[in-house]
Amino acid sequence: MSLLSPVTRATLLKDIRLEWRSKDALNSMLFFSLLVVVIFSFSFDPNAEESRQIAPGLIWVAFLFSTVVALNQTWARELRNHALDAYRVSPASPNSLFLAKTLGNFLFVTVLEALMAPLFVVFYNLRSIGPVWQLLLIGVLGTFALVVNGTFFAALSLRTRMREIMLPVILFPVSIPAIQAMVEATHIVLTGEGTARFWIVLLLTYDVVFTTASLALFGLILNAE
Amino acid sequence: MTGSSNPAAIAVRGLVKQFGRFAALRGVDAEFSVGKFYVVLGDNGAGKTTLLRSLAGLAQPNRGEISILGQTPRQAASLIGYMAHPSLLYDEFSGLENLRYFAQLYGIASDEPCARAIRSVGLDPALARPVGQYSQGMRQRMSLARAILHDPGILFLDEPFSNVDVQSTRGMATLLRGMCDSGKTIFLVTHQATVLEGIADEFVWMRSGLIVARTATLTPPQENA
Repeated sequence: MSLLSPVTRATLLKDIRLEWRSKDALNSMLFFSLLVVVIFSFSFDPNAEESRQIAPGLIWVAFLFSTVVALNQTWARELRNHALDAYRVSPASPNSLFLAKTLGNFLFVTVLEALMAPLFVVFYNLRSIGPVWQLLLIGVLGTFALVVNGTFFAALSLRTRMREIMLPVILFPVSIPAIQAMVEATHIVLTGEGTARFWIVLLLTYDVVFTTASLALFGLILNAE
Repeated sequence: MTGSSNPAAIAVRGLVKQFGRFAALRGVDAEFSVGKFYVVLGDNGAGKTTLLRSLAGLAQPNRGEISILGQTPRQAASLIGYMAHPSLLYDEFSGLENLRYFAQLYGIASDEPCARAIRSVGLDPALARPVGQYSQGMRQRMSLARAILHDPGILFLDEPFSNVDVQSTRGMATLLRGMCDSGKTIFLVTHQATVLEGIADEFVWMRSGLIVARTATLTPPQENA
């Protein structure tokens, strides 16, 4: 936490406290992910090998949709009572807000993943053949890819009339390279076929590029009318 | 239009703000002196709130210049206190929790300025109830506390007395006069100007996106002419 600026730290703690009290984002994400796990497990009954083939796509799509729910919630609370205007008139940097929101969303989605991972393992009879530490790395890089883009595009769609619809419309196409990298890398680790190195490097590059671009442009987005 | 010979706290030159084809401000020129209490009056749609938001740096003018104590609104952010019609507060937090967060945006780490600001508007800093459960009048007063907590030199207030009872309104008006006497400039938009008769230094009349008159008493310009 000491690496963060005081404003980023204060905003992150504020978001965590607000989420702890309202549970808006976590409850909706959890409910949505549970529905995906249960519905798909009843829809077909794959054996362990088939599960390894389809689970990576299923897991990441479930997390992507859940992330959209979280992103809408975290910005929606800034629009209630126009609290965002109080930030905009202050001397605090726009990037401090962006970093705090990104880290907050990363934390909420990581909590969701930690809660849902055991359920995916049980319902889909999953077992990793490749190195498990790579799964953790893919999880961290993949989650960050979803939230860094998502936080930026959720802010972009903040003042549009149908922002709940606008966010996935903008976010999903831009996330395709990251989603493909996450799914392919997870698939390789679960099946033990080949090496996930290329996809992990792609994810890392994606994270660096989109974090840099978002930080460069967020000031414009925040002050746009 | 020039107020007095005091140095200008706010200077506006040829300010134009358009929303699509509608011009909310149509070339406003004005200067406002340091340490004066200005009340902006006009019918709905006259451009009062747009002028206030432009001065606070929340709305970007299409043309013209704004100078706040010789700086742009963004550069002067730490010198500006802004109160809008919505409360700009988080409903889930108590008053002190709200102010504690906003104080950190101005680099204030201590609770004392927050508690002092809350007491100055006649509320109790120890009140643990979340702001969402406050009456509208209490919310308005807490919103004023948020605007003044960093001891700004210039206050922009949009309808601070709406839904506030008569006694509290008088208390807030007296507080603002006291702040003005200690050298702060107050720029207040209201439809309840009678409360401020004898308290404000100048009444600024707006019509159709222009300042049409500035009077020392609450006499409408056409009667004044």
